[in-house]
Amino acid sequence: MITDMERFDNHRVLVVLPHPDDESFGVSGSLAKYVKNGSRVTYACLTLGQMARNMGSPLFANRITLPEIRKEELAQSCRAIGIQDLRMLGFHDKTIEFEERELLDGAISALIEELGPTVIYTFYPGYAVHPDHDATGAAVVRCVENLPAERRPVVRAMAFSRGCEDIIGPPDVRVDVKDFVKQKVASVQSHKSQFWVPELKKASQKELEDRFGTERFWTLKFD
Amino acid sequence: MLPIDPEYIQQRIEQMKDQDLYIHLELTNGAYAAHNDASRHPAANFIKNAVIRYVHGGISGVGPYYRVGLKMEQGWIYSEGLTHYEETENDRLILAGHDKDGKLVVALQISPYPFE
Repeated sequence: MITDMERFDNHRVLVVLPHPDDESFGVSGSLAKYVKNGSRVTYACLTLGQMARNMGSPLFANRITLPEIRKEELAQSCRAIGIQDLRMLGFHDKTIEFEERELLDGAISALIEELGPTVIYTFYPGYAVHPDHDATGAAVVRCVENLPAERRPVVRAMAFSRGCEDIIGPPDVRVDVKDFVKQKVASVQSHKSQFWVPELKKASQKELEDRFGTERFWTLKFD
Repeated sequence: MLPIDPEYIQQRIEQMKDQDLYIHLELTNGAYAAHNDASRHPAANFIKNAVIRYVHGGISGVGPYYRVGLKMEQGWIYSEGLTHYEETENDRLILAGHDKDGKLVVALQISPYPFE
């Protein structure tokens, strides 16, 4: 069990996730840690989450205005984390599993080619509940598999489906992000149309650290 | 109707791409949803006999619930919660999702000629 990751400096981090807000709960603390330590983070967000059911509380969005609102929320979340490079890839919410593979894999492979990431963060295919999550993780796996072994970046995945640890085992990476809960909470709160968590405002630093202070990942294996 | 056989439905989806088709797409939880249970939100909608043409499409999911996505020149058609297909239909694709009481929840039907 790795209780913390290797050094956080000098990395080129690529995050590939399908929805604005996918970064918030699972990986924003680690990303803030990378940025603080001088690494460069690119977040490739595949869709604008435009089919989401939450429209703010009290309501302030509708099906027409939601994409533009979520775009702004995403940008705000990235600023809160310190992410230097946000790419919105223009795919449509809920369609990743049905998208033309050449188009999807081509977009992700082009980013890998351009950025030469040392580590990629995505969802664990099959264990990430939402079809878009699973399909995004699967696409990353295909793209990395296609690379010659010596050029493959480390791939760290988030899994949270019920009972997943019984099948894939416990996460092998736990990151202490207690020093970054402020950025993490700010990332969550950026997505106002999706989350309304007033209790976060009142929570003490200790409560926030207990709830958000650790992030966990599975390192995917390639043969 | 028969439980969905995804490989067969995928074949059918492939066969119907790149042509003008009439669609019936419906989602409902019943007109009595809120009447029978005040905590439920009565929602329903359908679109019928709109003409669509998709360039790429697929079926996904693990039984009993399947999802279909159809990519058009501009835009998408998406349907979730499909459980059954009509096996007697050869030229039309008739998919539906039924709840545990057998009631229709979702329908996705595409056809080269209009629905009645």
